[in-house]
Amino acid sequence: MSHHNALRVEGLHHTYPDGRAALHGVDFAVEAGERVAILGPNGAGKTTLVLHLNGILQPSAGRVTVGDLVVEKANLREIRRRVGIVFQDPDDQLFMPTVREDVAFGPHNLGLRGDELDHRVQDALAAVGMTDSADRAPHHLSFGERRRVAVATVLAMDPEVLVLDEPSSNLDPAARRELAEILLSLPVTTVLVTHDLPYALQLCSRSIVLNGGRVATEGPTRDILADEAVMEANRLELPFGFSLTH
Amino acid sequence: MGAGHHHQIYRATDGPLHRLAPQCKLAATVLFVLAVVSTPREQVWAFVAEGALVVLAAAVGRVPLVFVARRLVIELPFIAFAFLLPFFGEGRRVDVLGLHLSHAGLWAAFNIVVKGTIGVAATVVMAATTPIPQILTGLEKLRMPRLLVAMMGFMIRYGDVVTDEMRRMRVARESRGYNPRWIWQARALAQSAGSLFVRSYERGERVYLAMESRGYEGSMPARDYEASRSAWLLSLTLPLLAAVVSCVAWMSR
Repeated sequence: MSHHNALRVEGLHHTYPDGRAALHGVDFAVEAGERVAILGPNGAGKTTLVLHLNGILQPSAGRVTVGDLVVEKANLREIRRRVGIVFQDPDDQLFMPTVREDVAFGPHNLGLRGDELDHRVQDALAAVGMTDSADRAPHHLSFGERRRVAVATVLAMDPEVLVLDEPSSNLDPAARRELAEILLSLPVTTVLVTHDLPYALQLCSRSIVLNGGRVATEGPTRDILADEAVMEANRLELPFGFSLTH
Repeated sequence: MGAGHHHQIYRATDGPLHRLAPQCKLAATVLFVLAVVSTPREQVWAFVAEGALVVLAAAVGRVPLVFVARRLVIELPFIAFAFLLPFFGEGRRVDVLGLHLSHAGLWAAFNIVVKGTIGVAATVVMAATTPIPQILTGLEKLRMPRLLVAMMGFMIRYGDVVTDEMRRMRVARESRGYNPRWIWQARALAQSAGSLFVRSYERGERVYLAMESRGYEGSMPARDYEASRSAWLLSLTLPLLAAVVSCVAWMSR
């Protein structure tokens, strides 16, 4: 048992109440400070997996461990501080009337008040370059700005593991690059769930391929993207014009 | 998209009213409207005085009167029926501009229109100087239950998102040649409404997941916005003056 693991998933099974099985025994570990991509076709179980990482869904079997803490009902408060999830649609993530209130929502739930809370909010907004928008309403921001604020709402909780679900979707190329620069600047363990393979290559040295509710393969991102057999078996494709060789 | 600035009732300038605590402005507006409503309708001078108070507030708050006047349009549907009263009222009749009108109906119409207009104008001045999030803060400070304030907040936050979704669905319908002219062609419209409902419901679930993920345990964060004693005194001057006007009007009847 390693103590470096920031996140460990062991034998994770999940069956939805309607009988549909989404995960059939997923095993992997992420080391502290590592950035790992989770790749896989639609319906591979990526979103179901993400919702287990902070205890929104409970495993049917197996377990998830964050640092030294098993994800279970008794620990949920601490687990949700440690694992910050940035959901795919920033309109789902930003629900308060102003950016400031939204970023303060998480740390406030953790019990922070006053100056300490203000500092958290300011630091998180500064980390994503959105300090000047603190008093704006989320629906007055551009999509890229909303995505950055969504990252800030999670950073404000000082997480140990940052989980991003399709962070580059719907972003224009400049916003996509800006977000990548922000993510690269964050000294936090990151799990990136994405279809955007060049993004995974840019941000994550290691990738885990999920398919049919199981880990199909894992390894250095570059090796996976260059392995035609693995790519084809898991419905993964690089965008037109890209090719990787060892 | 969805980034449009729809809430044009707020004017982002910096005036003394903008800096006043929202709970003071809200309370003052409600009390002012109560004072106006309780003024006897025959005392026309009293309404002139109360109207002048609104003009004064607008001037202090640097809200142009044209801005207020334009936004008064919102009261039209509500006072439309008041214009019918002089025609259908009972009792003594008077001739106005060649029309044979009810005396009591004219007073009733005047009562509704003048009180409605002054009340809406006061609300417009308040809303023009208070951003919507602050109005929510003010409501919470005035002890409105936090759950209700949160629901209003969600409504404001997602109003644009849902409107935008509706617009996209309309564009998609029309792009496929849907151009209903008869009621029996409205089926697609009804189906759109249904799917909009389902989509909004699903979004509600996703928002709840996002809230839970950030440690939500059933209570929304309290808002801090303290009002000084002088802010309260300053903002309550206006309803107080209106109340004095109303009282004097009652006594001089």
